[in-house]
Amino acid sequence: MQTDTPQTPAPPMLELSRVVKSFGPVVALRSGSLQLDSGSIHALVGENGAGKSTLVKIVAGLYRRDAGEFRLRGEDVDFTSTAQSKAAGIAVIYQEPTLFPDLTVTENIFMGRQPVNRFGRIDRKAMRREAEELFQRLGVRIDPERPAEGLSIADQQVIEIAKAVSLDARVLIMDEPTAALSGVEVDRLFAVARSLRDEGRALLFISHRFDEIFALCDTVTVMRDGAYVATTPIAETTVDEMVRQMVGRDVTELFPKTEAEIGEPLLEVEGLTRTGVFHDITFSVRSGEIVGLAGLVGAGRSEVARAVFGVDPYESGSVRLGGRTLPRNRPDRAISAGIALVPEDRRKEGLVLESSVARNLSLVIRNQLAKAGIITNGAENRAARVWASRLEVKTNALSTVAGTLSGGNQQKVVLGKWLATEPTVLIIDEPTRGIDVGTKAEVHRLLSELAGKGMGILMISSELPEVLGMADRVLVMREGRITAEIDRSDATSENVMFAATHAAAQTPGAHS
Amino acid sequence: MTAPAPSPAPVAPVIEKTAVTKRLQAVGAAREFGILLALVIVVIAATVANPNFLFSSDGWRDLLLTPSILVLVAIGQAIVLITRNVDLSVGSILGLSAYLTGRLFIDIPGIPILAVFVAAIVFGGLLGLVNGALVAYAKVPAMVITLGTLYAYRGINVLWTGSDRVNASDLPKDFLALGTGQVLWIPILTIIAIVVLVVIGWIMKNTRGGREFYAIGSDPAAAELYGLRVTRRLLIAFVSSGALAGLAGVLYTARYGTVNSQAGAGWELDAVGAAVIGGVAITGGVGSVWGAAIGGVLLLTINRALPILGIPDFWQRAVVGVLIIGAIVLDRVLAVRQKRKLIAAREDD
Repeated sequence: MQTDTPQTPAPPMLELSRVVKSFGPVVALRSGSLQLDSGSIHALVGENGAGKSTLVKIVAGLYRRDAGEFRLRGEDVDFTSTAQSKAAGIAVIYQEPTLFPDLTVTENIFMGRQPVNRFGRIDRKAMRREAEELFQRLGVRIDPERPAEGLSIADQQVIEIAKAVSLDARVLIMDEPTAALSGVEVDRLFAVARSLRDEGRALLFISHRFDEIFALCDTVTVMRDGAYVATTPIAETTVDEMVRQMVGRDVTELFPKTEAEIGEPLLEVEGLTRTGVFHDITFSVRSGEIVGLAGLVGAGRSEVARAVFGVDPYESGSVRLGGRTLPRNRPDRAISAGIALVPEDRRKEGLVLESSVARNLSLVIRNQLAKAGIITNGAENRAARVWASRLEVKTNALSTVAGTLSGGNQQKVVLGKWLATEPTVLIIDEPTRGIDVGTKAEVHRLLSELAGKGMGILMISSELPEVLGMADRVLVMREGRITAEIDRSDATSENVMFAATHAAAQTPGAHS
Repeated sequence: MTAPAPSPAPVAPVIEKTAVTKRLQAVGAAREFGILLALVIVVIAATVANPNFLFSSDGWRDLLLTPSILVLVAIGQAIVLITRNVDLSVGSILGLSAYLTGRLFIDIPGIPILAVFVAAIVFGGLLGLVNGALVAYAKVPAMVITLGTLYAYRGINVLWTGSDRVNASDLPKDFLALGTGQVLWIPILTIIAIVVLVVIGWIMKNTRGGREFYAIGSDPAAAELYGLRVTRRLLIAFVSSGALAGLAGVLYTARYGTVNSQAGAGWELDAVGAAVIGGVAITGGVGSVWGAAIGGVLLLTINRALPILGIPDFWQRAVVGVLIIGAIVLDRVLAVRQKRKLIAAREDD
């Protein structure tokens, strides 16, 4: 806007430098830097947990940074609410759009700033007209009077964009907007994004799909482990270069799996399909083997695990354990057959946070502990003590409430609860998410030990070093399909990351 | 975007979608209309059984007068419910402000009636503010907070009133005349209720603030992300509910003349029932104060009509229960059907 003063170059639209954010002892962002210019589409890439979302939430006013600089058009800003960020001209479109389902599309766009007459009465006609104009400009056809309920994700995103445009947002941030879109919808979104760029807005596009980044963006910033790595014009980089920057560490030796004798197949999954979630999933886990299931968040890994365990339904395919087919939708039968599932979100799915450690540890085996239908505290404590000491759960007493334990100790309790069922196959989803380095190593040692005793382990992990260090075999999923199966000796960060971001048939750089 | 072929195809989905939308809007309006229809049927049935139910000066007056005070409380309740909260303390607030009304007339002889109205409304609003502040800042579910204040406010009432009571003889004649007086065959209380209903109905439908109540109830997390001032809105909702219960308290005193420490006990359930019967979703974001008001009229009119229709006392509460459950089931069925239709409309596209 200040083009009339050419002697001083206009400051960048948005500038973050060395921004720090931590949650208690967990540092989510060590040193985040980002610079957005008007009239440009900027890509932000990084592995899961690299700190992208934290950075975005600071810009959106959801989080407050602990340190570092944040400037908007050259002026220091410090948002304490989303309203402030919005007022400053920043619009964020989250992965999951946030609309009011009961209200009409038009109301969703204009909520809180509807056109009003001098009596404060909302001018519905004007509002509707504006909404229609917006949709026309964005080249989409959505009935402005219908409720937001039941809209496709793509249409919901269009409404979020319409909101941003009607606000005249100068900075538009899109957090993985294409994750749930079909090809046509992506094209439509990109056309809109380009026209917004050409109007002089600054866009930030977060994505895991390199082909899209190369097709759409002008510049790319790579983050790793909560810190800035590099910013490069898109024309001067390649997929390989970006992957190297994203992974860029050599910690494979940190997680050594001890050699174990690999025996008969225990778990055999064949042709498992649930339309729109995962397709034709076939793999096996053998005794003594750790199979890593890698891929990006949303690739459908946890969904496969849940279907195998019987929590979620599937349409076709079969799950066999030790040669016997397991019935669908029956987690109780899966447990009694010898499968255990340690879920991804231990606070929500793994633990009863309000209950004691003892009660959590004995939860799955409660029926074995019961005498005439009654479980005594004594029986519970005896069973719990065994597992608490074997896993070295650090707590003063078994009566400690599970919710007050540290992440690492909570994870041990969840593990202990499932190991108490003496499973033959353990499915573990993100075994070390959000726990400290020391406990991480303990969990890895434990998994390795269990495999050594002949257990088959399916480990879902978004942390590449973990997968590479622990797994005998790596399966990579992308968008609901297994795109690669790589042996331990051949697995590298690059080929796993490549399989996670490219369709199986594609060759490197096809879209660059 | 497509080739400019002169084909009528691209027009079709737009027309279809609009048709779906129209049908949905019709369903919304039909929800309130359905309650109104039920009310008319009840009145006709009772009148056929006993013509005095409608065609006597007392019958006509009671038909309008009896629900008027509840309508005010139900309007306040609807505002709170629409934000996905609930106010269970309204009965206790009504009781306290009813007793306050009596005390003011006794302790300050000659106090202007208008001043008493203002005092009771402000007092109710303050009690509502306590609810709102606890819900908005302490982030405790409204159900728990207002259950607590239901007992706390009633406790204060018992402490303050003791075995004392306000009698009609303590109150000025002009004030009591408000409770039973009429303007052109319409009771004054009813006129007050209708004015409040029209004003609040207009605000809820046509102002930014009014629509924000719906947005917050529809998805509180989205409202936060959107940058709406959720805390402020919640405070306003609870203060409105409290103030309306305060106003209802003054009118209660004017109408009945006697107030003891148990005035308004149990009204919170009638208010929630009225709103739910009138199509206000307990899960927020849906419904209107008009629906709640008509629901309140239906609730109390059914109560009066059942004895006339010869239905034993025993069954009368059960009928109210059936009505509430029926309304919730109906809303649920309508919501599921609507969702299915909206998704179908999307896939036609």
